[in-house]
Amino acid sequence: MAMQLGALVRAASAALLATAISGAALAQDPLKVGFVYIGPTGDAGYTYAHDKGRKYMEEKLGDQVVSTYVENVAEGADSERVIRQLAKSGNELIFTTSFGYMNPTLKVAKQFPKVAFEHATGYKRAANVGTYMGRIYESRYLTGVIAGKMTKSNVVGYVGSFPIPEVVRGINAFTQGLRSVNPGATVKVVWVSSWYDPAKELEAAESLILQGADVISQHTDSAGPIQAAEAKGVYAFGYNSDMSLYGKQAHLSAAVFNWGPLYEAKARAVIDGSWKAEDVWQGLAAGYVDLAPMSDAVPADVQQLVTGLKQQIIDGSLHPFAGPVKNQAGEIIAAEGEVLADKELLSMGYYVEGVEGELPK
Amino acid sequence: MDMDFVINVLYAMIRTGTPLLIVALGELVCERSGVLNLGQEGMMLVGAVCGFIVALTSGSLFLGVLAAILAGCLMALLFGAVALGLSATQVATGLALTILGTGLSAFVGESFVGQTLQGFKALPIPFLSDIPLLGPLLFNHDVLVYLSFGLFAGVIWFLRSTRAGLMLKAIGETPESATAVGLPVMRVRYLAVLFGGGMAGLAGGYLSLAYTPLWAEGMTAGRGWIALALVVFASWRAERVMFGAYLFGLASILHLIVQGMGVSISSNLLAMLPYVVTILVLVLLSSNKARVRLYAPASLGKPFHRTQ
Amino acid sequence: MLRVEKRPVESRLMGYLSPVLAAVLTLVSGALLFVLLGQRPLEGLYAFFVMPVSDLYGLSELGVKAAPILLCAMGLAVCYRAKVWNIGAEGQLLFGALTGSWAALQFLETEGAWVLPLVLLAGALGGMFWGLLPALLRTHFNTNEILTTIMLNYIALNMLLYGVHGPLKDPQGYNFPESALFSESTLLPTLLEGTRVHIGVLFALLAVAVVWVLLSRTFVGFQVRVLGLDARAAHYAGFHEKRLVIFVLVLCGGLAGLAGVLEVTGPIGQLVPQVSPGYGYAAIIVAFLGRLHPVGILLASLLMALVYMGGEMVQIELGLPQALTGLFQGMLLLYLLACDFLIHYRIRLGAAVTAPASQGA
Repeated sequence: MAMQLGALVRAASAALLATAISGAALAQDPLKVGFVYIGPTGDAGYTYAHDKGRKYMEEKLGDQVVSTYVENVAEGADSERVIRQLAKSGNELIFTTSFGYMNPTLKVAKQFPKVAFEHATGYKRAANVGTYMGRIYESRYLTGVIAGKMTKSNVVGYVGSFPIPEVVRGINAFTQGLRSVNPGATVKVVWVSSWYDPAKELEAAESLILQGADVISQHTDSAGPIQAAEAKGVYAFGYNSDMSLYGKQAHLSAAVFNWGPLYEAKARAVIDGSWKAEDVWQGLAAGYVDLAPMSDAVPADVQQLVTGLKQQIIDGSLHPFAGPVKNQAGEIIAAEGEVLADKELLSMGYYVEGVEGELPK
Repeated sequence: MDMDFVINVLYAMIRTGTPLLIVALGELVCERSGVLNLGQEGMMLVGAVCGFIVALTSGSLFLGVLAAILAGCLMALLFGAVALGLSATQVATGLALTILGTGLSAFVGESFVGQTLQGFKALPIPFLSDIPLLGPLLFNHDVLVYLSFGLFAGVIWFLRSTRAGLMLKAIGETPESATAVGLPVMRVRYLAVLFGGGMAGLAGGYLSLAYTPLWAEGMTAGRGWIALALVVFASWRAERVMFGAYLFGLASILHLIVQGMGVSISSNLLAMLPYVVTILVLVLLSSNKARVRLYAPASLGKPFHRTQ
Repeated sequence: MLRVEKRPVESRLMGYLSPVLAAVLTLVSGALLFVLLGQRPLEGLYAFFVMPVSDLYGLSELGVKAAPILLCAMGLAVCYRAKVWNIGAEGQLLFGALTGSWAALQFLETEGAWVLPLVLLAGALGGMFWGLLPALLRTHFNTNEILTTIMLNYIALNMLLYGVHGPLKDPQGYNFPESALFSESTLLPTLLEGTRVHIGVLFALLAVAVVWVLLSRTFVGFQVRVLGLDARAAHYAGFHEKRLVIFVLVLCGGLAGLAGVLEVTGPIGQLVPQVSPGYGYAAIIVAFLGRLHPVGILLASLLMALVYMGGEMVQIELGLPQALTGLFQGMLLLYLLACDFLIHYRIRLGAAVTAPASQGA
């Protein structure tokens, strides 16, 4: 009962807030939208993808929006000041694009109740703080399927950054896809303890190739792994955006973020007053994540299969974590007919069956 | 298969160690002349970005390499002008150079992000590359790796067997007495600093033109600092720099390989190992006061005031 | 013809003028840079150097940003006065943040006024320990402290990362690398309602006073200065060089460790991977900018903090890249180092060999 009441109050305040914001936006001035980036826009990876989304939003909304960004914002004490400064400078919608901005965003949001905040990848919300994230694991499941069809050695390599749930979920979804078409294939994971170190990522991919991997996937931000695969004549999947430029032979496809439509939708919502703080965790269906075009190396029947599976994920008839899902010990996590709940996906701290090695604690 | 695996690991070790080897050789010569330049990271980044831009726009990798070296030299010249010409504190000047270089490279390279070029390819040396084991290990690299072999031999020869090399070492030990016997302290130090800059630029160019042919901000990811540790690890002996660079390369490759084999160790704990080892080496080298004189250049990092 | 000659004594006037000259040169170069970027130079400089501190909140943030740099720089100044080249304030800060956070996490459920001092003490002790290491390495094994402190910076960083990815991770935090939020009793009180300016700023100012008194009014400070000016003289005077080396490094470690724990218990409020965006390195620059004099360092740390904030501001207001911050810092420091030449040397016109300055017209 108390829960329901709380929800009601939240909904009411959100509605009030929405009208307040739309009131502010009714003036003819363009909506000011601010972005806080963790890396340089020149990282050709994570931040680059967000910035592409920002540009897309500007292009779509024309003179209805003006956007600014602050790059390379450290997740420590600096981020709160930057977020606050953006709010103070009249930005009415602020995207904070990295996990470490979660608590600073909430703190600033309390002081600027009329500004709408959107925090990427986090799990805490408030009346004027929404969260958003792309279900990139759906794309990863599809790349896993391609990998399962393309591998000859049945060993697939995965370059990981840090063993946080987001990354582990990607590895697991990839493995689920892989084993759905090739139950004998396994995934080897190497952690580089960095989001972004082209040379080290390349070395990690090379070490995986040395150990028999003939398809490489990555959850790091640079094109290093693609370049390693290209040089060694094996296949690879990009991440964040289409990386085919970096390895014309190697690049099979990529799990890509497509923040543009989301940013456009959120800005539109603030402009027309319908914005409310919610948790947006959408994937292929909403177009927030996608699969980059498959290369010619992928046979037509596989392309067809993957396109079909993508459609199934979009219409909801296929879920990457539909049972049976087993952990490494072979214990059943989700039984036949069940699907892992979002809550479990959010805190995923184990490998599924088919991943080799132990998850570092 | 097993032998192949070992050769492949060692091959990767050489490639991983090459940028470290190049930048460390440059820093070593610089330090032997008594100058401590902490600006390696900045010089590498500027070298990497300039090399990439020139190679991309001109279509010539060799022009790119040249540009990388030149850019490193120019940065070093700036260091030299302030730290030598105006006898400012070397530590602070070097740090300022790194800050400036990081900003400058990001600034210049902004519109070149997300582009790539056909980097240096492996160039097997005829006959030599057919030698079993050694051939694929040593003679199937890109030009810059061969160049690093040459530079390594060249620096050893220079420091051991040339008058100029002896002069440089004498200046690094006691600049005052070197001046007294008429050695051109300033000129030699400038040249050593320029050499260090050129090498750092080249190492940056190796990253952006051969290793991972692309430009991205901060792509050197701390390798300049590792090179600094390597020079100490090598106890300022050129012949040990290669050993150190390759050992570091091997350690980072093995760290990745054991993970692929399913061994799980906290990567943060592993990542601190090279630094712990460097401190241990430093302790071993320095604990005997008489012996340490044989190693570290006595005037390292101390400003040399011109006296008239 | 221009001729350079060494001054018989250092020029006090140039000591004061050189920073002004360096600032002017930086401003002129900055203005040129803004022209190059197609901006109006005055507007650019205004946004960079004035706007960040144009209101009370901005000023309070200046204090928040400057405090850790100031604390580290005060410690470094004492080291450098003794010609102990400590590059390790960054590591000492991080280790202090780590031990302080560990302590704070022990008191999540504890109330009481004694908790916070204990936490701060834990941080300072951690920093002192991290300063003691290179000191002992130098006094017992004769190692070069420039090199050991650089290595220790990386070791401390990795220990902090280990802590935040491992034992100190928030058990309820979905496996993300950050600690639980500290409890109220372990958070620093703020000085000004609605801002983040915390009592740590007072500690930093106190450190300025203490170091000033230490260096100019105490026998230990005298010994430190003599050691720096002439190690042999210090030896003949019977000063214990080893004890002094340990003293300065432990003092610096304590101040830097305090800076670290103040960051996590102040503006951040929890342990995160990115506690310091390089405060320890910035402090080296600040120490030299401030001529190793407490008052000079106080001013220099404010300037350094302003440059950081200006870099954020021009991104928000003018959409200029963050790389400008690095360019400005690099230029400012190099100009200053260059201008300092005029303290020891003078530039003369003409070729006269000895022209005593007293012989006027």
